[in-house]
Amino acid sequence: MHTLFPASAAELREIVAEAVAARRPLEILGGGSKRDYGRPVEAEAAVSTAELRGITLYEPEELVMSALAGTPLTEIEAVLAEHRQQLAFEPPDYGPLLGGEAGRQTIGGVFACNLSGPRRLQAGAARDHILGVRCVTGFAEEMKAGGRVMKNVTGYDLPKLLCGSFGTLAVLTEITFKVLPAAAAEGTLLLCGSDERTLAGLLRRATGTPFEPSGAALLPALAAGRSQVPAVRRAGRPVAAIRVEGPPASTDYRLSRLQGALVQPDIEAHRLDPEQSQRLWREIRDVALLSRGRALWRLSLPPTAGAELIPWYRDLGAEWLLDWAGGLVWLAPPAAYAFRAAELRRALAGRDGHATLVRAPREIRERIEVFEPQPPALQRLGERIKLSFDPLRILNRGRMVAGL
Amino acid sequence: MRLPEPDERILAARTRIVAELRRIVPGEGVIDDPSELAAYECDGLTAYRNRPLAVVLPETREQVAAVLRFCNAEGVKVVPRGAGTSLSGGALPVADGIVLGMSKFNRILEIDVDNRTVTCQPGVTNLAITRAVEHLGFYYAPDPSSQIACTIGGNVAENSGGVHCLKYGLTTNNVLGVELVLPDGEIVRLGGKHLDAGGYDLLGVVTGSEGLLGVVTEVVVRILPKPETARAVLMAFASVEAAGDCVASIIANGIIPAGLEMMDRPAILAAEDFCAAGYPREAEALLICELDGPAAEVEDSIGVVAAIARQHGAFLVRASESEEERLRFWAGRKNAFPAVGRISPDYYCMDGTIPRRRLAEVLARMREMSQTYGLRVANVFHAGDGNLHPLILYDANVPGELEKAEAFGADILRLCVEVGGVLTGEHGVGIEKRDLMPVMFTESELAQQQRLKCAFDPQQILNPGKVFPTLHRCAELGRVHVHRGELRFAHLPRF
Repeated sequence: MHTLFPASAAELREIVAEAVAARRPLEILGGGSKRDYGRPVEAEAAVSTAELRGITLYEPEELVMSALAGTPLTEIEAVLAEHRQQLAFEPPDYGPLLGGEAGRQTIGGVFACNLSGPRRLQAGAARDHILGVRCVTGFAEEMKAGGRVMKNVTGYDLPKLLCGSFGTLAVLTEITFKVLPAAAAEGTLLLCGSDERTLAGLLRRATGTPFEPSGAALLPALAAGRSQVPAVRRAGRPVAAIRVEGPPASTDYRLSRLQGALVQPDIEAHRLDPEQSQRLWREIRDVALLSRGRALWRLSLPPTAGAELIPWYRDLGAEWLLDWAGGLVWLAPPAAYAFRAAELRRALAGRDGHATLVRAPREIRERIEVFEPQPPALQRLGERIKLSFDPLRILNRGRMVAGL
Repeated sequence: MRLPEPDERILAARTRIVAELRRIVPGEGVIDDPSELAAYECDGLTAYRNRPLAVVLPETREQVAAVLRFCNAEGVKVVPRGAGTSLSGGALPVADGIVLGMSKFNRILEIDVDNRTVTCQPGVTNLAITRAVEHLGFYYAPDPSSQIACTIGGNVAENSGGVHCLKYGLTTNNVLGVELVLPDGEIVRLGGKHLDAGGYDLLGVVTGSEGLLGVVTEVVVRILPKPETARAVLMAFASVEAAGDCVASIIANGIIPAGLEMMDRPAILAAEDFCAAGYPREAEALLICELDGPAAEVEDSIGVVAAIARQHGAFLVRASESEEERLRFWAGRKNAFPAVGRISPDYYCMDGTIPRRRLAEVLARMREMSQTYGLRVANVFHAGDGNLHPLILYDANVPGELEKAEAFGADILRLCVEVGGVLTGEHGVGIEKRDLMPVMFTESELAQQQRLKCAFDPQQILNPGKVFPTLHRCAELGRVHVHRGELRFAHLPRF
């Protein structure tokens, strides 16, 4: 496929204008690291924002940064680290998970897919940190929405709508977002037990304490055994991991209090030092502990539901792990069940939440619903919204919903 | 303030419309008596009043759906209303439309500690949510100053903030789901007890949509464990600049306070006269910085904040040593509005946001404007997130003063936009700032926002005349105007 690399937002607008005039859909790319996440785009040409690079505004004391959409995330994270700041939503890197290299994603891709890591539990998602955007709509018009200040209710919150719209409404050209201080220290409490649902219950209890866990994940024995962190790998049984971050005195204190509140007779507690803790949470963030050879589903559920369904994950013979205290389930079913989307979604019926097929071969993603099908009224509303931004369905047609 | 011309056909059909509405919401649920309607003529922005056709107070979501379906079919406009505390005229009625009051939706439906959520009806007050869970050690974080009265449904509509936003976010960061009735009567659920959207983030768009996209009939909010400790530091400065620099330094040092408020001299004096909070009367600027979390961490941060304040020349730095003292520090700030209300017959509360480092410049220019207009202004400021609340003092009984106060307010908001800020940080556009929208957005940007409105409400029956200065027909907004070949970039490869 032919890919264009405009060097300015004006050039990008022109490319979209031509595509609109010719009624030819365009695939929208950043670094391409998540190209295989979602349905295959129904387009014969692609446009990439990879040449729209650079941080355009950074005021650390105002907690705000703006960057052109194609700026590599690694570049942004390096600049933030120099000022001891970070993207608090802890964007994951799905590159390796989807069969590519690590470190290739752009800031535009992170926000377009609304990707958030373990700290989402405490700090919010990507969508909670976006403040403003510049973009090109399917009307081939450049526009801005939102602003650069922390508090803004002027007009509809279009930046949130665009965040997680997978490039189907507009092409992001510049994003302004909130940045926050990075914690001085971190530590992780490991709780090794025999019963996964008991451990999941402890994660939820941890999030109900004032000790501010910034990560709460459950690794069944198989996933734990794949960790590069020795204490996790050698546990030989399910492991609940609880992370706290902050000034060193505070993290020590909170880990002790959490340990005191959660440990039971049959549960063994360990602590990870900051370096080991960082390594473990990167593995959890990037879903590195499940077999790369299997299809991968992402379930977003109420935390209690993520835990209640544990017997079902086992019955399926699936590999799995829980993040967000049970609110995020990574599920890698064996081949026989991998693509029975309707059956899988039926198992979730009656609960809030949804299932997304994150990793599957192209021909599978072409014929099944990758994203959760919406109830009819919402589906119609979603269609009207798509057309309100992109009436000719030029941008990323079919990425989320076939034909749209 | 200009509202869309009332539709004579609807006004003429009032008796029949009221009868139809009574069929949907029987008993006391439809108000058409003029003396009773008077209570609904305005919201917290009392300068604008309008009598609605009728007020409907449904009790079930099915009634809400039936009312909307009927109004949509008949072309009757609908203005949703919570507690009516909006400061931007969001619930100002229109003459040819009904007010849909949600006050009877006042029940908390479920407290789910395990998932850290509360599910409630939209008419529940903001504070009632915290009251319902505080015995369990939890609270609901957004705390607009009207929290005793304002409802969670209204908070969703306006994306309300409060003094704790910098650390804990606005309503939009603390709401997980809503049940929403669309103008055609369809009932949809957006989000729920899970953490992210399955398709487009419609919850994100509906939050802060000022009643223009749908009517919320149920809300799921996230609750937080109450911090172990909370303490406040009071700091007084001889100049606004020094106080502003102090705020920047606190944040640059990696501290995100739970609250960080600033008051200028007129606000300090008014508050001190009103409730003797112990603020130094000679200060040009006062900061209140609240820190919460584990005791050891808070203690540590207080040391850092105090040192920074002294470096910036604070002549008074005092950390609260008891809960009572902490509340006293806050008393003056929390009573700033009534305090200003006592020194002036009327005041007009503005709400712009600016990049914080422009503060001193903005306050200086505001003082100049104050002289030009001959009206006093007092400032309270959510300093952490740059959200200004200038209070313009005027007397409505003096002919022309209200208009002068409004013009002054509009100039302040234009100034906010000029320095890189926005027209409204938490009060909403409503009717008040509607005509200033072009200061911030181009015509095509406003058109895109209105297209989104059309996707939800193609007949445009919900809250017309608010937010957008010009109403366009939906069909006219949907046209694509792109001509092949314009603005070609010759060096680009072609496909």
